[in-house]
Amino acid sequence: MVDIVFWIIVGITIGSAFMVVQSKSLLYSAYALLFTFVGVTGLYVFLWADFLAVVQIVVYVGGILVLIIFGIMLTNKITSVNISHASVQKGIGGVVVLGIIGVLGYMVFITPWNQLAATEPEQTSATIGRLLMMDYLLPFEVASLLLLGALIAATTLSRKEN
Amino acid sequence: MAENYLPILVIFVLAAGFAFVSLIITHLVGPRVTNAVKMMPYESGVDQVGKTRIRFSIRFFLIALLFIIFDIEIVFLYPWAVVFKDFLSAGSFIFFEMVVFLAILAFGFIYVWRNGALEWE
Repeated sequence: MVDIVFWIIVGITIGSAFMVVQSKSLLYSAYALLFTFVGVTGLYVFLWADFLAVVQIVVYVGGILVLIIFGIMLTNKITSVNISHASVQKGIGGVVVLGIIGVLGYMVFITPWNQLAATEPEQTSATIGRLLMMDYLLPFEVASLLLLGALIAATTLSRKEN
Repeated sequence: MAENYLPILVIFVLAAGFAFVSLIITHLVGPRVTNAVKMMPYESGVDQVGKTRIRFSIRFFLIALLFIIFDIEIVFLYPWAVVFKDFLSAGSFIFFEMVVFLAILAFGFIYVWRNGALEWE
């Protein structure tokens, strides 16, 4: 049962990723990217990375994708009906992709993989929380300064646009 | 552990299923009456004003940017909330750690507000 769900999620991820590059309309690509992100979330769950799964949903699906769609709507060519992107140089691209697949596949087979006993790792969120609050407290607080910088930068940049 | 996510999977399947079933049922049983008035585009029940495909204001993009920043703030809140009760027995230090974090971002929020970035003129 779990295996079936895993392969369905893999299918959704790869299928929608293919739609992203294949679709002629930018907006369709953006919406297909939504399914890719959700599929990757599922893969994180299968890797026992529960915190990353939450981040993937909250930041990528909830934030980055909205930004991408707004980015498309902000562009000039929205006034013409089809905002499309053409695929150019498919032949050379295909050769490059096949080369990369070959190298990666070769790597997969020659790497001596560590075989671990199939024990269930503990939930990562609690561990990350504990580390953030004790060992990495300073980086945690500095992160808020980084976000503050991003806030001020976003405000300043958008004001110049007007 | 994968079994713990079963309720989430059920919600995903229900949501997707509801959307598909609604589409299919309305397609099958909905009456189709077309006339000139009905096929006319409209906005919120009134006749169309201007073109549909306009360029959106940069304000939308700014709001989305600000949203992502506070989104990431929530990402930090999440592991904190998970361990909050365990740490509380060792004193209220964990509470003030997050107060400092939120205070810095609240300062940024006030800055954005005061600069009129949230105004929609």
